[in-house]
Amino acid sequence: MSIAASEVEVKALLQKVLGYSKADECEVNLLDEEWSNIRYARNEVSTCGSLANKTLTVRSAFGKRVGVAAINEFDEAALEKVVRRSEELARLAPENPEYVGLVGPQTYLKANGFFESTANVSPSARAGAVVESIRLCRDQKQLGAGYLEDRVSYAALMNSKGLFAYYPSTQVNFSLTVRTPDGTGSGYATRGYNDFNQLKTAPATQVAVQKAMGSVGARALEPGKYTVILEPLAAGVLLEHLFGALDARSADEGRSFLSKPGGKTRLGEKLIDERVTIYSDPTFAELPASPWSGDGRAQEKTAWIEKGVVKNVAYSRYWAQKKGVKAIPYPNNFIMLGGTASLDEMIKSTQRGILVTKLWYTRSVDPQTLLVTGLTRDGTFYIENGRIKHPVKNFRFNESPIIMLNNVEMLGKPERMVSSEGSFANYMIPPMKIREFTFSSLSEAV
Amino acid sequence: MLPTLPGFGRSVDPQVLLEPGLDVTLKKRLANAGLNAAKAQGASYADVRIGRYLNQFIVTREDKVQNIVNTESYGVGVRVIANGCWGFAAIGEAKTEADVARAAAKAVAMAKANAELAKEPVQLAPQKGFGEVSWKTPITKNGFEVPIREKVDLLMSVNGAALKNGANFVDSALFMINEQKYFASTDGSYIDQDVHRIWPNFTITAIDPKTGKFQTRDSLSAPVGMSYDYLQVNPSDKVTGITTRYNQGYDMLEDAIAGAKQAKEKLAAKSVEAGKYDLILDPSHTWLTIHESVGHPLELDRVLGYEANLAGTSFATLDKWKSKNFNYGSKEVTLFADKTQKGSLGAVGYDDEGVSTKRWDLVKDGVLVNYQAIRDQVHIIGENESQGCCYADSWGTVQFQRMANVSLAPGKQKLSVQDMIKDVKKGIYIIGDGSYSIDQQRYNFQFGGQLFYEIRDGQIAGMLKDVAYQSNTQEFWNSCVAVCDESDYRLGGSFFDGKGQPIQTNSVSHGSSTARFNGVNVINTARKI
Repeated sequence: MSIAASEVEVKALLQKVLGYSKADECEVNLLDEEWSNIRYARNEVSTCGSLANKTLTVRSAFGKRVGVAAINEFDEAALEKVVRRSEELARLAPENPEYVGLVGPQTYLKANGFFESTANVSPSARAGAVVESIRLCRDQKQLGAGYLEDRVSYAALMNSKGLFAYYPSTQVNFSLTVRTPDGTGSGYATRGYNDFNQLKTAPATQVAVQKAMGSVGARALEPGKYTVILEPLAAGVLLEHLFGALDARSADEGRSFLSKPGGKTRLGEKLIDERVTIYSDPTFAELPASPWSGDGRAQEKTAWIEKGVVKNVAYSRYWAQKKGVKAIPYPNNFIMLGGTASLDEMIKSTQRGILVTKLWYTRSVDPQTLLVTGLTRDGTFYIENGRIKHPVKNFRFNESPIIMLNNVEMLGKPERMVSSEGSFANYMIPPMKIREFTFSSLSEAV
Repeated sequence: MLPTLPGFGRSVDPQVLLEPGLDVTLKKRLANAGLNAAKAQGASYADVRIGRYLNQFIVTREDKVQNIVNTESYGVGVRVIANGCWGFAAIGEAKTEADVARAAAKAVAMAKANAELAKEPVQLAPQKGFGEVSWKTPITKNGFEVPIREKVDLLMSVNGAALKNGANFVDSALFMINEQKYFASTDGSYIDQDVHRIWPNFTITAIDPKTGKFQTRDSLSAPVGMSYDYLQVNPSDKVTGITTRYNQGYDMLEDAIAGAKQAKEKLAAKSVEAGKYDLILDPSHTWLTIHESVGHPLELDRVLGYEANLAGTSFATLDKWKSKNFNYGSKEVTLFADKTQKGSLGAVGYDDEGVSTKRWDLVKDGVLVNYQAIRDQVHIIGENESQGCCYADSWGTVQFQRMANVSLAPGKQKLSVQDMIKDVKKGIYIIGDGSYSIDQQRYNFQFGGQLFYEIRDGQIAGMLKDVAYQSNTQEFWNSCVAVCDESDYRLGGSFFDGKGQPIQTNSVSHGSSTARFNGVNVINTARKI
């Protein structure tokens, strides 16, 4: 089925599906999306592909028995069949004591994450963006390996309590690793936008080329505690571990970094430096996000950390009901406030420190303290007296984002970054200067 | 790279999981339509994969079933070489010969377009056709046929036992996978395979109410290339010792009881003093170290730079292999790849480009001797036959080189774990896998674990916590001084190894016997926030 689902068409389709329902409660979810990608390595396109997927998921409930079924066919018979199947599964399912019923009608903020430029990007424009990057790498005798992926999606939700939610969106992510032919230097750049027209692969490629060439001849420094300047990409993947842990239930249950003895939590306490404010806002122009959560709850502008204080944690509706509090859903974007300083100004202000382009293979070591390990990668440089002196060999670090955000020296201007650690989520993160960041060993890896 | 949770197919009624897939004659007809269409459009080679992928996941916590997921995904992928370049196209719900022919034509068009940007034509190693053959995971009890009620009851009894024995929380799950794959190629192969995997697992949490500290203990099960037979408890599959570990059969209930007690014990354990220790590593732990520090760096596509933008490259460069004297490890260390090991996640009769599977050495008596490579790569290492480790995680994704089961060969001399521990002065015995991280060229790594026991003067001296070890791959494998004999050999593994862009998952096992590594750097991971 072709992808071009207007709000009116989607609404009519979901109403029709709901019309078949005989359950106590019914929810219908439509996700219609299409991805296209080009991958290249050693300055040649290696693979490309596209995938279209349109899925209708129906959730039916009889009391606290819930059944879910999905289809990717859309004729009348299939639509009725999926409703019947979800009802049969609900009748067979054990009671779920945590089922609290469906969300009623909501009022949503207006978020614009849909751009025609991305929805209608031509194969030649996509290939052109990649060819330009490859050409720049070849011209400078460097080896480029990159990936460009764009996506258009239409998501909609309707339920028997009168809720209707609709959000079309587009996204393009580009990432590139440039290596010197002798393998002694490596650089990286990544960009994420909703609007394909904003993607300029040439300047991004130039950044990666410069990092690669500049990282040749890296010297070894002793591991230990250093002042670091983390570029937004490096800082963001560490903060991702904090974002993922902002959950009320695990905090209340005593198994989170937010837990305290006796079933208490650190909610409302000042946990980190007062310059740190992290919030979510689906209407944020540079990083728009869906104004509704997966279960249909409205996403409001929400402060998670405000001036170092933990202001909010995310609740499931069941847990919020049990605790008698507002059920704030887990957000669809994160924005960290910063300052006005540019990266260059931050380097100039540093007597002795290390500039970190990217962190790699970051994994949780201890959820109690949010201790994370990982390594620097693709451009690590020694700064002395306000200037980049020379590249340094990569380090393994063991650090908690909580400790790190207590050691803030300076925050720069926030930028939209793309997580390079598997989630590929986009966040607004400032570059940050951190004192006493813990590097625990050296790596030979380039 | 671990872990990345994959996307699965559409959700279905559990009964659908028991329905047979397409009849093999129909599959052959569909496949031939694709092969013929590809050739007619100018392809010099083509393969067609008709895949039906079934999953059932049951997820619980304490006394509640949180989720029962049944999914089915069916479709056809066609891969071709035209004008010396690869092309690939896939089509979901493909029912007719015309559907498959359309995908084939699209794949050829894509290959021709890519050929304009390519520098060198694909060199495909020759492969004889096998005619019509089939292969099936040897199972005695299909988990999809076991009533859901019985599976839920098992998990509920596991959770109940854990709570009764001191757990504050317990999450448990049962993952079952069935890949029904049909492969046909212009080489003359028509291969029908039925592949099963299962993974029962839990995480138990214990909390100290006074301090607010918590500790977890994960199950000591392994994901395996078996089905419900893995949950049939047989005393000969148990490895007794400081805690019971499991071989070809897993006693989930027994492990949950031990797990709850050990999670509590961990709360009171001594925090490790950082420094150099001799490590005794149980196979339930070592699999992950093998995976990261041997399996990945010896993938030829990584060595050549094709994975540079995400997973990275490799320190094990071709010059090291060509030298024939690169000491990857000590003389005790022989590491081999094997796609035939019974009960392993990677076991299949034929890979996803129609090559029959085999075993081959990667590191022999300490020396790097080979890589893992597929049909379009083996010419680079001077071989004319693929090693048979090509895999795609779905009909809708293109097959590429994936890790075979890579394992540490057992020691040739008779050696028990007890005898190994006996002459360790200052050491740590590590059981189970924990946190993990390695650099993009696979030099520097850090691993945690589930259970850590201090060894002093040849005796176990009690439990430790906050342990992680850091080393460098070559240094680490050269510090291996002993490997127990084959009676201790067991498999561990991962359901969700990620690689490629867009990312694909692969299931892979790693076997070993308990092994000793001298003088490894151990750090203390405790922090205060």
